[in-house]
Amino acid sequence: MSRIISVIKKEYLQLRRDRLTLILIFMLPLVQLLLFGYAIQTEVKHIPTVVFDQSLSSESRDILSSFSASGYFDVMYSANSYQQVTRYIDKGRAQVGIIIPPDFSRKLAQNESAPLQVIVDASDNMVANQAIAIANSIGLIKSQQILLQKQPGTSLPLDVRVRPWYNPDGITAYYMVPAILGVIVTMTMVIITAMAIVRERERGTLEQLIVTPLKNYELMLGKIIPYIVLGYLQISVALLVGSLVFKVPIRGNILELYLLTLFFITASLGLGLTISNIAKTQMQAMQMAFFVMLPSILLSGFMFPRQAMPDVIYYISYIVPLTYYLDIIRGIVLKGIGFSYLVGQVSALLIFSLLMLGISTTKFKKKLD
Amino acid sequence: MYFSTGVMLMINFAEVSKNFGPLIAVDAFSCRVDKGEIFGLVGPDGAGKTTILRLLVNLLDPDTGTITIDDVPTHRFPRSKLGYMPQKFSLYGDLTISENINFFASLYRLDKLTIQQRSQEMLSLTGLSGFENRLADNLSGGMKQKLALSSALMTRPELMILDEPTYGVDPESRKEFWQILYRLNQEGITIVISTPYMDEAELCHRVALVNTGQLLQCDTPSALKQIFAGQVVEVGANTSDPYFFDDCRQVIDSSYYYLRFHLWTERHPELFQLLKEYAFNKDGPDLEIKYISPSMEDVFAFLVEPRLGPDRFNAQ
Repeated sequence: MSRIISVIKKEYLQLRRDRLTLILIFMLPLVQLLLFGYAIQTEVKHIPTVVFDQSLSSESRDILSSFSASGYFDVMYSANSYQQVTRYIDKGRAQVGIIIPPDFSRKLAQNESAPLQVIVDASDNMVANQAIAIANSIGLIKSQQILLQKQPGTSLPLDVRVRPWYNPDGITAYYMVPAILGVIVTMTMVIITAMAIVRERERGTLEQLIVTPLKNYELMLGKIIPYIVLGYLQISVALLVGSLVFKVPIRGNILELYLLTLFFITASLGLGLTISNIAKTQMQAMQMAFFVMLPSILLSGFMFPRQAMPDVIYYISYIVPLTYYLDIIRGIVLKGIGFSYLVGQVSALLIFSLLMLGISTTKFKKKLD
Repeated sequence: MYFSTGVMLMINFAEVSKNFGPLIAVDAFSCRVDKGEIFGLVGPDGAGKTTILRLLVNLLDPDTGTITIDDVPTHRFPRSKLGYMPQKFSLYGDLTISENINFFASLYRLDKLTIQQRSQEMLSLTGLSGFENRLADNLSGGMKQKLALSSALMTRPELMILDEPTYGVDPESRKEFWQILYRLNQEGITIVISTPYMDEAELCHRVALVNTGQLLQCDTPSALKQIFAGQVVEVGANTSDPYFFDDCRQVIDSSYYYLRFHLWTERHPELFQLLKEYAFNKDGPDLEIKYISPSMEDVFAFLVEPRLGPDRFNAQ
């Protein structure tokens, strides 16, 4: 125990003198949160739109104003021919083209189905999906209105009322900020500890450490504990920015969040330490850290829903600690749930941590070759 | 003080070999180190000195053979009785002198008071007092080595192992360093030290000369010099021809240092006369000749170079 404290003290002294690393540790959550929080908007509004209105009737103007009133389509260009519409979209000036045929109002008046064409530039998936969904629903809503106008007194057979819980306004930041927090913590923790042992090996200090009575587990724990504290500092900074700048509500118990975060931090540190014990040089450790981090960020459900992944990948995502932490932090922050709902996630993180610490303790040989 | 009577075994290497892939680093190395002596492991770079010492402190495992310290296998010898100073500076450059010492001492579970007392003692011994708060990175090469030594001595080890502690250190610091080693030795600490410097070999009680992983000879410096079967003479001669003595029958090897020759010759009662005659016949300058005792360097070169092996002398 006293030896663990000695190692912790030593790490603390070294860290205190390593100003750049310290600054990075605090700036990282700040800058990343601001960047990602503002930049990542999965909701696409103001899609530039070109219109080719051949009908030029009050009905066509009416439907077009519905499109622009939705806020999703900005009618920026009006075309005189199909070719012109194509050119606008080819050039990328517009991502959506709306084409209204000459007989649009005539068909409406005769109670026929009046077609109108919406061309979507689907080379950008996110924008396309959104545009398609909104265009369809505008079509539906307008059709309903027209039907009701023609047969007054009737009502729609179904009335679906959707209530989006936890984030009724669909604010992206609410969803993203807690996730980014998890990404930042795991990234810094893994990278910092990935360097921990291999740096001593490269500098030669390990040679002196090995001849002392210091035990493997004492070295590993002594290396980890100071970074747990740092991890908490990072999370606190991130939570502060999240709630002050992005007004993310913290609905659950913040103490519970801090407590459960411990399991995530140790899992990340354990992963980093394992890398550090496998790598021979700091360069290798860095590359391995990135090799592990990138897929784990993508697979965790940070940006892309896990439900959409193919089965194999979906199951692989179960070995990523971030997957569980996203459940925990989104659960506590947005849904206000507590530990009793998160036992599974916490146990998974605990098992992962123990496994990693076990591997790194046994993998570390008090030898030089 | 070292007395050769009543010696007790401290370290025993028995047929120790270690390979790194195709490279044979240590080849069937056997030798013993007695308690209370300063034992030198001497040889050029790449001779296997570092590997031998790393095997000794159990940083490496031998492929074959055994090493015992105080009659137990190396890994069983208590770490607190063992001080080790690696070749490369292995303390933390971003910690101060006292932080480094406190950290390593605390790993041996020494209490605060003991650490404080001993570190003062060690720092004054090594002349580092007053620099306690300087970062190790900002120390000179010699001071770094003294710090490493102080740190390794904190547990009062019985056996101190030093891997080329004076390599790249200025001559003045080297001298000081050896003075410290002698003082430690007087207090009863057995010292095993490796060095590429032949002049330092003479400072050891016993020396193992190693080359390409093999033990050449192991004995006291004076005994090793007995092995040198020829004669070493120094000749002052006013000539700038470095090959001046190459045709002389009695000369086995000659090295030229500006107006001065270092010669290996066969033993001959009228050697001076013969050399002078040779110079006279060659229309050379007058010679100023004197016998000198062979240096460790002579002994080592004699043992290494097959051309100059004992056979050459015996044949004549």
